[in-house]
Amino acid sequence: MEAVPLNFVRAVDLKIDGKDVRVPEGTTLLQACKSVGIDTPTLCYLENLTPVNVCRVCVVEVENSRVLVPACSRVAEPGMVVQTDSERVRHSRKLVFELLGSSVDLSTAEPTFLADLERYAAEPDRFDTGDAHGHGAKATVKQPVKIDNDLYVRDYSKCVLCYKCVEACGTDAQNTFAIAVAGRGFNASIATEFDTPLPDSACVYCGNCIGVCPTGALMFKSEHDMREAGTWDESKQTVTDTICPYCGVGCTLQLHVQDNSIVRVTSPHDHDVTEGHLCIKGRFGWQFVQNR
Amino acid sequence: MFGAGGGTSAYREIEETDLIVLWGSNARETHPIFFHHLLKGKQDGARMFAIDPRRTSSVAWADVWMGLEVGSDVALANTIGREIIAAGLCNTAFVERATTGFEEYKAAVEIYTLEHGEKLTGVKAEDIRDLAHSYARADRAQICWTLGITEHHNAVDNVFAIINLSLLTGHVGRWGSGLVPLRGQNNVQGGGDMGAIPNKFVGGQDVEDPVLRAMFEKEYAGTIPDKKGWHLSQMFEAMEHGELKTVFVLGENPMQSEADAKRTRRLLEGLEHLVVQDIFLTKTAEVAHVVLPAAASWCESEGTVTSSERRVQRVRKALEPPGQAKDDIDILTALAKRLGRDWGAPTAADVWEEVRRLSPWHGGMSYGRLEQLNGLQWPCPTDDHPGSPTLHTRLWDEPVSGSRAPFQVVHHSPPVDLLSEEFPLRLTTGRRLESFNTGVMTGGYTSPLRHGERIELSPEDAERLHITAGEVVRIVSRRGSVEAQVKIDPGLRPGLTFMTLHFPDEVETNILTIDAVDPKSGTAEFKAAAVRVEKIVPVQAREPVGAGAAGGKP
Repeated sequence: MEAVPLNFVRAVDLKIDGKDVRVPEGTTLLQACKSVGIDTPTLCYLENLTPVNVCRVCVVEVENSRVLVPACSRVAEPGMVVQTDSERVRHSRKLVFELLGSSVDLSTAEPTFLADLERYAAEPDRFDTGDAHGHGAKATVKQPVKIDNDLYVRDYSKCVLCYKCVEACGTDAQNTFAIAVAGRGFNASIATEFDTPLPDSACVYCGNCIGVCPTGALMFKSEHDMREAGTWDESKQTVTDTICPYCGVGCTLQLHVQDNSIVRVTSPHDHDVTEGHLCIKGRFGWQFVQNR
Repeated sequence: MFGAGGGTSAYREIEETDLIVLWGSNARETHPIFFHHLLKGKQDGARMFAIDPRRTSSVAWADVWMGLEVGSDVALANTIGREIIAAGLCNTAFVERATTGFEEYKAAVEIYTLEHGEKLTGVKAEDIRDLAHSYARADRAQICWTLGITEHHNAVDNVFAIINLSLLTGHVGRWGSGLVPLRGQNNVQGGGDMGAIPNKFVGGQDVEDPVLRAMFEKEYAGTIPDKKGWHLSQMFEAMEHGELKTVFVLGENPMQSEADAKRTRRLLEGLEHLVVQDIFLTKTAEVAHVVLPAAASWCESEGTVTSSERRVQRVRKALEPPGQAKDDIDILTALAKRLGRDWGAPTAADVWEEVRRLSPWHGGMSYGRLEQLNGLQWPCPTDDHPGSPTLHTRLWDEPVSGSRAPFQVVHHSPPVDLLSEEFPLRLTTGRRLESFNTGVMTGGYTSPLRHGERIELSPEDAERLHITAGEVVRIVSRRGSVEAQVKIDPGLRPGLTFMTLHFPDEVETNILTIDAVDPKSGTAEFKAAAVRVEKIVPVQAREPVGAGAAGGKP
């Protein structure tokens, strides 16, 4: 049999929402919640990325802790007493969603994101009252879509600065480091070095940033064009798992197909060959089968 | 390896190894998602040696770059082997228990001293020593390679030389210690495993073994030739001698992918009957007598492919094929029917059941399990077998189960196409990130990374030849010449040039390459041609466009 080394780990006992929970040492509160069926909203967290703790959407209340703690990165400790649905937690989550939603175009956000807004009865528009000139807060961050290549577009009016793209471009997957957070405070944005167009940057068009973007700020050009033309219709799309036709690594591709055409390609985050990540050929190199 | 044609390790193992040797592989560009796994290993503290004539984007991640002379891989491996033995770092217990032929190997590598090795390979003796000692002392170590090892006239010798190192040190058959050949195409591994090689039935079973042959003859109710068939290069030789007059090509574009393109064209055009089954009208299909339009196997039909880690995975139909294009299975069964064999109308799942019945490697891989487990790694003989991420763990059984792993004595043999005064530069070929092989598939999408075919020259050679970036030059080998634009790559050492095969319609690089073929594998020496680079026009100071025109702005 295979000689996979065994890691012996200790068990940790804690209480979540009054329930006794036992998890292996090293488990995060997010995973611990999940293990007992508690659904925690997340935004900047993804299974295949290192937690960056920037969105504060997943915060929970830990007894004797001065501040709320992010569940995605806080590790369970023996004897911890955790509240995930207290008034304080609900209020904080609601406010975070409202502040994010007030200044960002969420029209193409993941359905789970929009469902979470609803779950916490968030009303982003109450912060979007407009300035003296009648401009809403969203208008202050509104900017033109960056279209500088045929593969993918960047619409930073939709960016919530969750950093996932930076993580995927960096040490969590691609290690290309083409993008980072530039600017400070309200002017903070994701940018290439010196904010150059992508073709002048270090970008290698793996599209792994698109694969992790929760709001559609990063989008296949094919999807963008169809949305512009009003032909994008997810209800008419099928998703089929297959294997990439190029090199011999064997990456799983999920082909999103509408009207017998591939419109987008993703890879499952929980697949241990790709962990959701692809290269330029797998992500974008499918057009040859539909030059019919 | 040791009787099983597959890499020994799962990709995940490289994340947990201590030493990575990337040998003749630009995985950063050619196997990018494998490289993600490799980088995790690096992030976890593994040390990395990169052995490559070019300083590629993969090499940029290495702790040590060993820029060897093209085609000196056996010399380098033997030098490493000799140093391991001489320094007393050989894993004697493993060698005595699990291998054969050590004494012959030891005697054969005796001449490859560090000094001699440095002379043959161009790699500094201290770096060779560093690799030898680090590899031998590491708890776990992996050697990964690609076509830099196998596209040589002595490809199999290169592989043997590397395997010898793993046997010397016991770096095989354990989690994190292994030999990782990265396959160039999505089903190279599967094609071979399914018996689409001249000497094997499905499941790596030898066609010259009478017992196995009897089993297959019974299954197929027919007689099977008792000698193995020709590999690709032997087929071209047979065409040359008029022994092979009819050829059936499935999903290949030899007209553009084979070395020495002029000869390939002559032989293919000279056939009495050429049938091509492909999803495109390729350059090969253009000269065929019959073209059978096929469905794209990865998205227009059902089936399986097998990856470099021996993982069998399902491909599924997501699109309807265009026009008259048909599934490969339907084409082949229709053809069989015309040839007098009624195979019915099997589905991909039916064909897979035949594979499971006949191949002990695949017996336990039902479609249901493949689906549920994201694929399984062979061997997986029974329904309750979990698959085999690591191969050859048997070498660590006490006593070793099955036959011992043999050392193979191999010696340095320089590239066939020798450098001379007339052809002083070494041309090596490879791939770039955004393109693939002859470009039939990647030509379908645009990429900001693509700049067409260019010959890459070292800054030193460019300066010596008074050639500047962007200039179009003529590249001449003993077989022909092509013209291409120049790119200057500081990652090349003087004397080394690089081209790809991605744009054969614009620049037919394979006019230049040599079809010196490895007698054992049939692979041509794409990696080593001798060329010279000629200026086409002398450099002149051209007038800038619009200069002097009225109203022209600076």
